[in-house]
Amino acid sequence: MSESAILPALPGAASPGVWTLAWRRFCRDRLGLACLVVVVIYGAVMAACAAGWIVRDWSEEVAVTFAPPSFLGPEAPRGAPAAAAATAPQGALEDYGIPDPLADDLAEIAQELSGVSASETRAVTLAFGADKWGRDVLKKAVKGTETSLFVGLVAAALAAFLGTLFGALAGYQGGWLDDLFNWLYSVLTSIPYLLLVLAVAAVVNQKGVLTVILILGLTGWTGIFRLIRAEYMKHKVREYVLAADAIGASAARRMFVHILPNVSHVVLVQLSLHVVLFIKSEVILTFLGFGVGVDTVSWGSMLAEAQSELILGKWWQITAATVAMAVLVSAFSLLTDALRDALDPRLK
Amino acid sequence: MLGYVVRRLWQFVPTLLGVVLLVFFLFNFVGGDPAYLLAGKISNPAQIENIRRQLGVDQPYAIQLWIFVKQIASGDFGASWSTNERVSEIFATRLGPSLTVLVPLLAIGTLLAMAAAMLVAYLRGSLTDRAIMVGCTVAQSISILVYILVFQYVLAYQLGWFPVQGWGITFAENLLRYSVLAIIVGVAVSLAPDIRLYRSFFLDEINQDYVRTARAKGLSERRVLWVHVLRNAAIPIVTNILLQLPGLLAGAFLIERFFGIPGIGREVILAVERSDFPVIKAVTVYVAVATMIVNLAADLLYKAIDPRVQLK
Repeated sequence: MSESAILPALPGAASPGVWTLAWRRFCRDRLGLACLVVVVIYGAVMAACAAGWIVRDWSEEVAVTFAPPSFLGPEAPRGAPAAAAATAPQGALEDYGIPDPLADDLAEIAQELSGVSASETRAVTLAFGADKWGRDVLKKAVKGTETSLFVGLVAAALAAFLGTLFGALAGYQGGWLDDLFNWLYSVLTSIPYLLLVLAVAAVVNQKGVLTVILILGLTGWTGIFRLIRAEYMKHKVREYVLAADAIGASAARRMFVHILPNVSHVVLVQLSLHVVLFIKSEVILTFLGFGVGVDTVSWGSMLAEAQSELILGKWWQITAATVAMAVLVSAFSLLTDALRDALDPRLK
Repeated sequence: MLGYVVRRLWQFVPTLLGVVLLVFFLFNFVGGDPAYLLAGKISNPAQIENIRRQLGVDQPYAIQLWIFVKQIASGDFGASWSTNERVSEIFATRLGPSLTVLVPLLAIGTLLAMAAAMLVAYLRGSLTDRAIMVGCTVAQSISILVYILVFQYVLAYQLGWFPVQGWGITFAENLLRYSVLAIIVGVAVSLAPDIRLYRSFFLDEINQDYVRTARAKGLSERRVLWVHVLRNAAIPIVTNILLQLPGLLAGAFLIERFFGIPGIGREVILAVERSDFPVIKAVTVYVAVATMIVNLAADLLYKAIDPRVQLK
């Protein structure tokens, strides 16, 4: 501590910038650092998925239907219910005193069918089980990470871009621009967020990653706008901005070269806050069938499938999707808290 | 005071106009021709033309907008496209079930969250405080869908404590039998974010001068917390609940949908699934109006509870 306090006083030595200081504060927060590592790992997985390095074969049906996780072992009584189902109608028919004329044929077919499925090279168990079509749940969860995180990141980037741009214009320029954007803000915020998203989803009526990103990004910029606008109003009367004005910097230059770096910590915190919000929203939208298309897997579509699986006692898909999502979202939320603590100058 | 209310009501006009324009733009430009949606598979040009005339979408946009404004003013949005039920009728019959779930949910959730928040605010900075806060973050990061699915599966399907879903006829049956699990899930979901928020409200108050004074004059920590701090922290909490209300009315759609509660939220989801534009339009406009009125009410309430607040 004493060293860093002395350093700026030395002639010729540059004092550490605000980001260096924030980074030093951040490094002291162990929980925040751990969360950063988790988020970076998720980001790497997303990039590797997008590049096609891993889980390119997620949609291959490699195992039997609902193959259980390996640590449970193969499902022993799998044949039993099928056999019971096969004998049940026979029993019912015998009650009428008529022998089933097709019984032998059916038994033959059943045997043939079970023979076929056994002779195929489908795995009986997988590391974390299989879904209804025998696809690897683990690979689906990884692939779902790519979709959900990508949607969250890009939508949040879009919302942050719009919010910052509008906030800068409204806060710095004032006048009719301020009135216009404030009006837009009050209109959009008078409709509850999810209702607005659903209404837009209803009229757009088109599934896909891009649609979800646009819906979330175009409706979700209001919170960022409000904060950035207030920051710009605060900063535009400060001396460094007046000085920039005096040396002839243009309005755009003052807004985006001089002020923006000084409010960028607000944008960063809001950005990561919105990633979390949008990942959650994407999951709900996709679950309801308004999100990404059926050929894409996301955590929302996994949860939608898990809805019917759970009744059959197949808990692995919902667990995989929940854990994958909870770890990322928790890490992201805690990272946001750590970022805020590190970047908030008032805590200095 | 009266002048303030009138001025605020006057400010509703441009916002409401914006909501109307936004909804109109969404449903008449982005949404495409509703006649094609309605006619579905059995479409021939004459039929589509007929539907267009019935809906009034063959008119110029200005006249359509005027029709929409008249609908809002008169409260008559016509009939649902898919069930032909009057939209006003839908609202009247769905509001009851929604409130049957929401009012107990809010009451229980708020009390529990306040108690927990006061506890962690009392233990601020300790390991318990930090652990509960991290626990809240983790609990918040699990999708509401998982809460609903797991609670429904374990408590209703496996243990059979509650009906999986359904809705009865009498109020008592609905409240005590069918709403219980929905309320439990709702409370479980809202607890984590509420505790975090209320904790910050309590911490804001705990550092105030009047708390130091109360401690200095020898009051017990219990009395300081339960009387002095609680009363002041209750102000933002009450306002916060009030502000949540309109959003919850439509936002509880997941809970209503899973537990088969015939409320407003479920109606919104059904309408979105069936592209039932009149219902979505009506819900959006009315919820927006409700939000604005509740915002005003919250500000007035704030003034009533806390005389220091200046309304301008």
